[in-house]
Amino acid sequence: MSAGFTAAGEGVSITLDAGEVSVLSSLVSQILGLVEPGVTGDDPLERALGIGSGSAPSDPVLARLFPSAYAEDEKASEEFRRYTEATLREGKRADAQTLLDTAEPGVLKLTPEQGQAWLRALNDVRLALGVRLGVTEQIHDEMAEMPEEDPRYPALAIYEWLTYLQDTLVRALW
Amino acid sequence: MEVERPAMDVRPELPWLTIVWNDPVNLMSYVTYVFQTVFGYPREKAEKLMMDVHHKGKAVVASGSREEMERDVQILHSYGLWATVQRDS
Repeated sequence: MSAGFTAAGEGVSITLDAGEVSVLSSLVSQILGLVEPGVTGDDPLERALGIGSGSAPSDPVLARLFPSAYAEDEKASEEFRRYTEATLREGKRADAQTLLDTAEPGVLKLTPEQGQAWLRALNDVRLALGVRLGVTEQIHDEMAEMPEEDPRYPALAIYEWLTYLQDTLVRALW
Repeated sequence: MEVERPAMDVRPELPWLTIVWNDPVNLMSYVTYVFQTVFGYPREKAEKLMMDVHHKGKAVVASGSREEMERDVQILHSYGLWATVQRDS
């Protein structure tokens, strides 16, 4: 299994095998499928300014990736969403695309900017898996006692691996 | 003696706050790194705020005008942190 990221010159480096690249690419592709391009109104000015819909997503993963900006003010949240969500969607899609474009087996070197994109893309995948799997803060201890036959084990093992990758990437970029 | 009160409320406008909420997925190292990167806070301050989020469930990470706080929240959402804006009370 990959030893994680290390600092390398200005950027970061990691060694991945073909199976690891395949798992990462598949998960990040799913994020790209879920986070559709930002939709704006037909008005050219709205399009140019990235102004879109204000309604909150019903899918729990999307609701976590695009949280409401006001905890107790639905109207202000809708307004915020109208002006920001299209841009946020494009940003998350660009990060995911950077990971897909750069991930390949062998020794991988990333610039600091690419490393930042990987950091956010890995976090988005972990957030999505975390919501779908119902991950709690005790997940690490739960995993230690979970038998490998448990139906949740394979997905949680991948989650833990992504956690490890992300943590080593933070430390390599610091 | 009767004190004359100004007809208008002359207190400075209440500042707005950016709040970050605890969640079970975001790593302690990552949250600290994001606070340093987004706000330019020194590591010690970023770590203290991260620990506040972790232990108290939330922390005020910035204050200022409503526009500034909305911009902060948008950037924090781009990093996947659970952040909200509210008026200081």
